[in-house]
Parts: sequence; C-alpha cells; structure tokens
Amino acid sequence: MLKIDNLAAQVEDKVILRGLNLDVKAGEVHAIMGPNGAGKSTLGHVLAGRAGYEVTGGSADFDGQSLFDLEPEERAQAGLFLAFQYPVEIPGVSNMEFLKASVDAVRASRGQEALSSMDFIKLAREKCQAVDLPQDFLKRGVNEGFSGGEKKRNELLQMMLLEPKLCILDETDSGLDIDALQVVANGVNALRSPDRAMIVVTHYQRLLDYIVPDYVHVLAKGKIVKSGGRELALELEKQGYGWIDEEVA
Amino acid sequence: MSENIDQYLKSEYAAGWTTDVESLTIPPGLNEDVIRLISAKKQEPEWMLEWRLQAFRAWLEMEEPNWAHVKYAKPDFQSLSYYSSPKSMEERPKSLDEVDPELLRTYEKLGIPVHEQEVLAGVAVDMVFDSVSVGTTFREKLKDAGVIFCSISEAIQEYPELVKKYLGSVVPQKDNFYAALNSAVFSDGSFVYIPKGVRCPMELSTYFRINEAKTGQFERTLLIADEGSHVSYLEGCTAPMRDENQLHAAVVELVALDDAEIKYSTVQNWYPGNEEGEGGIFNFVTKRGMAHNRSKISWTQVETGSAVTWKYPSCILKGDDSIGEFYSVALTSNYQQADTGTKMIHLGKNTRSTIIAKGISAKRSENAYRGLVRMNPGAEGARNYTQCDSLLIGDQCGAHTFPYIESKNPTAVIEHEATTSKVSDDQLFLCQQRGIDPEKAVSMIVNGFCKEVFKELPMEFAVEAGKLLEVSLEGAVG
Repeated sequence: MLKIDNLAAQVEDKVILRGLNLDVKAGEVHAIMGPNGAGKSTLGHVLAGRAGYEVTGGSADFDGQSLFDLEPEERAQAGLFLAFQYPVEIPGVSNMEFLKASVDAVRASRGQEALSSMDFIKLAREKCQAVDLPQDFLKRGVNEGFSGGEKKRNELLQMMLLEPKLCILDETDSGLDIDALQVVANGVNALRSPDRAMIVVTHYQRLLDYIVPDYVHVLAKGKIVKSGGRELALELEKQGYGWIDEEVA
Repeated sequence: MSENIDQYLKSEYAAGWTTDVESLTIPPGLNEDVIRLISAKKQEPEWMLEWRLQAFRAWLEMEEPNWAHVKYAKPDFQSLSYYSSPKSMEERPKSLDEVDPELLRTYEKLGIPVHEQEVLAGVAVDMVFDSVSVGTTFREKLKDAGVIFCSISEAIQEYPELVKKYLGSVVPQKDNFYAALNSAVFSDGSFVYIPKGVRCPMELSTYFRINEAKTGQFERTLLIADEGSHVSYLEGCTAPMRDENQLHAAVVELVALDDAEIKYSTVQNWYPGNEEGEGGIFNFVTKRGMAHNRSKISWTQVETGSAVTWKYPSCILKGDDSIGEFYSVALTSNYQQADTGTKMIHLGKNTRSTIIAKGISAKRSENAYRGLVRMNPGAEGARNYTQCDSLLIGDQCGAHTFPYIESKNPTAVIEHEATTSKVSDDQLFLCQQRGIDPEKAVSMIVNGFCKEVFKELPMEFAVEAGKLLEVSLEGAVG
C-alpha cells in the first residue's frame, strides 16, 4: 500500500530525513519509535504534504500513485489520514460543518454523491457514540475549548467518518491519561481491518500495549535503523534509545 | 506559508462592468452655481436650496478630517462632477414600464429583482443610478399599508413637511466635513416613512450603482419609523472598475420614534481597486440613528468593497429604555483600507447597546475598528457590551482597534472584549489533510469567524454576504 524508498526531506534548510525506507502492506500495523528529534513527526507531515516540508530525494508510492505528485487535499482524498499530535482549533466553524465538508470532499473524489444533511447528522451521531464524545461536540467549534483527550477523540471521529486506507497516528498518546488512552486505542483497534494499514508513531512503548503492532521500526537520525517485531518495543522500553545512537554512530 | 494563503485570495470583482447609456453630466467643479443647478434640475423648492447653500458655506470653512487610520491622496473637489443622470431620466418616467430597459438590465445583471411579478421579489427596491433614482418597485402595495417608499427627490416634492421636519435632525448639515459636502450636493437616495403602529409588509432595499467616470455619488437616505412601527431595510452598492478613485459620500439618517424598531443592513461592495491598489471607491459615509423611548435601532453591515472606508453607523440613545445595536464584518484585501466602527451615545435611562465588530485583513490591507461608547450623566443604569475581533490572513496586513469609552454615570456598565487571531498554517493544513481544498477552507474559517454577524442579516442576504466574502477572499491563502 505504501512504499517509501530512500526518502530525504528537510524543513527550512535543516535536513531531517536521510534515506528512509519503509514498506507497509494492507492490514498491517507498523510502529515507528525513536528518540526526540529523530524525524518521527516529520515523516507524517512529509507524507501528508504539509507546506514547508521539502522532499529532496527518494519516492513514496501510495496505492500505485506517487504521493508527492498530489496536493495535500488529494492525498487525503486518496485515503491517507494523519491524526495530529496537537489538533488545532478552528473557532466559529462548527465541528458538524467541518466534518461534513470533509466527508463531502472525500466522497466527491470517489465519485460519490454528498450525503444529505439528515443522513450525515445520523452518521456523525453514531460515530460520536463510538468514541465516547457527547453529541453537543458536533455543534461546538472545531476543537474549540476541547481538552487534550477530547481533541484526540475528535481526531478518531474524523478517522471513522472518512474511512481512510492508511492512518498515520502521530504521537496520539501524548497528553492522554490512561483512561483516555484506552478509549482512543479501542477506537483505533476497531478500525483495524485487512484493507487498512496503520503507522503508529510514538515515543513510548506504553501505547503499543493497547495498539499491538505487527512491526516495530526504530527511527534515528532520519532513517530506519532497526526493524523487528513487537519485542523490539519492549527491548527499547528496557534499554532506552541510547544504545541505538551508539549503534548508528 | 503566508504567501500560500495569499495565493488563494484572487480578487475577481464581479460587478466591475459599465452600462452604456447616454448620460448628462454637469462639468466638474463645485461652487454655489453648481448647487443652484443641482437644485434646479430637481425642481426643488426654495427652502431646500437655502438648506444646501447653508451647508455649502459651512463646508467651505471646514477641513477634511485626518484622524482616521487611512492614507490616501485627498480628492480634488474641483475636478469632480457632482451630478450625472442617464439622459432618459431627464423626463421622469411615470412608472417602471417607462424606464429605459438598459437601466433595468443593469440591476438585473446584479441579481436585483426589478420586476414586481418575479417570484423572489418579496423585496421592494429603489434603484439609484449615479445621481438619480431610476425606479422604485412595489410603491402601490406599500402605499396600501400607508408606507411611503420613494426617492428623496420625490419626497421633497410630495412630502415636504416630513422632509423639513427630519432632514438634518440626526446628522446636522455641519456635522462633519463629508456630511456638510453631502448636505450641499446630495443628488438622490431613498426616503422611507412607516406610519404609527405599522409593521412594514416587506423588506425595503436600495441598490446604489455608480456608473459614470469622474463623478461622485452623494446619496441621502432618510428613514422615519413612527411610533410603534417596524421596518427592515437593506442597501447594496457596486461600481465599475476604473483606474481613478471615485468619491462616495453618503448620509443616512434614521429616526425611531417611541416603541419603533428599525433594522438597517448594508452589503457594501464598491469597487475596491485592483491588486496594485489603483482605483477604487473612497467611501466616506455618515450614518446615524436617533432612538426615542423604548425604540430599537440595529445596524448590520458587511463591508467588502471600497479602496478606503471611513464609516461609523451610530446610535443616539435619547429615549429611556432604547436599544442600539451594531453588527459589522469588514473585510479588506490587497491595498484596501478600512477605518470603521460605531458610536453609541447613551442619553436616556436604562439604555442598552451591543457592538459586535469583526475585521478581516488579508494581503497588504489595513483594517481598523474605531468605536465610541459614551454614557452621559443621565444614562442611569445604561449598559454596553462590545466585542471586537480581528482575523489576519497572511503577515503583511494590519488590524487595529481604537475603542473610546467615556462614562459620566457611575451606574452605567460597560464591557469590552477584543481578540486578534490568524488563519494559521495549522488550520489550513488540518482542513487540507481532511480533503478540503484550501480556498474552501479559508472561506469556511472566515465565515465561521463572521457567524455572529451574518445571523443578524435578513435570510436572503446572509447567503449573499457569505458568497460575497468567498469572492473577495478567492486566492487569499498562503
């Protein structure tokens, strides 16, 4: 589904990714771990096409299309979803309006008709329940005054509505207490399917107790330096990232 | 990134075409003879000419104000023409059927219902083209309800007592430089009178169009809501794209007698000038309402056009328990400059006022809110709530807030809140990452920001205003 080959990228002249390779197939869950500043968040932003993140080499192939030929919104429409570490607020734009615009845009790109307002409201309410968000969150401004946990659940709500092919979760565990983490992890697990892939970016092993990955990769100094199964995460938990740095050096 | 946001704010001005009609335009220049000529063209009574001349003499002694946060080359008042009328209007048509179809087409093209039989024509329209009113729809139907809706020129002829009593009663001739100029040379505008206890059966509206080059438009609107009456009025404005600046100096006076209610909405879309800041309308306007006991005056404005805007729709809350409201969205892009806000003058007991002002600046524009809240000694128990919010798009524009608060009554309560925010890269990226294209995203974010004001507009116009904002913002993202 996603094949990243020798990817290099920089942000404002600062080189962050240096020859990253990753192959993700449908149905798989990949965890990407690594020390702060390794380029974990950059990877998600580069794949999603954020302005200011410049690709300087390599390629990323998503379902047979070159990802970097697409505008950010086209990547989203093609089924790439990035769950943000710090979801931003959009005051005055109701969550409902935002979600409908988003779902309409994605449906339109698939040649589907826009949902009627009634159908959409019904669907949105259902999904709200699934992520344990009270329905009045639909009327509030996008993330406006939401707590950290509520923002993450709102991200999950968007993911459920858009039904993406590939979900990239960027440090979804940051700022969550154990209860909120459990809710979010349950939601993510419910979305696991043979047609869908996930990349879980995290600093801590803890999240992987809840979202159990098929593969674990260690990202350091802009490339994947070690890959393994779930046990690699536990090893990292015990030994920290120090030994990786030594190995790379 | 701010460049990114900018590129999504193209600014296509949809109303920028001209109408090809033969016009009679008097030569440029301003002196007493010109004023006599305007008055004669309108076959005005002597008292009206005297009133104009008084204003003109006062104007000669006055200086153009320069306290506003705007910079522009001062107009050369001797190079402007003060009266221009389509030739076909020389002999005043007796009904809409006699009006030159080319003129009516101008309004149709702007999407304004000019035929009474149109399904959507639940709105009565007065059409002002350069210096004259070319026609007013639904006059008969309104007359049945006792409502007078006509051009001010006709009102001077047909209802001189009302005009004499109220003209200049809210905005005196010498009120300010531009009001004095308007009082001297005003050409046309709308006149509305709602009799006691009458709820006006339909929305009233006036559409102003400047067509001729090198002319100014000086319209005068007078709206009187007698005791216990109720009216909702809307004005819209457009002009062709021209390289030179054109002057629009209007005066609007509202009188709400005891227990009356006036809702006055404006969608101002004068030509804003091009991307380099050339051309565009100078919009220097004085709007004020006098609120008597228990009456209510509500101003709603959506200002997206004009090169320079200088405009403060205000309320004098003279009567006890009267209410003043001001809801404003002012959007500036390219090199536009706006200095706009309101004055709420609390004189009566338990008077209340609400101010919600939203300023949006994009590209290299400057947008200022300027507002005065004054509690006079007699304003026992008066209250004001002010909220002004600024939204910046990109990093080369400016937003400014100049609130003035004067309280001379210790029982009065004044609240003021202000915020400034930006359409951020993060917001835009969030929208794009959810599949929404950036132009739609910016318009959604801006519309969200303006929501509190838009809900005050009459239904049909709320949609129009939202669309207008979209057009003005096309290409503004960066």
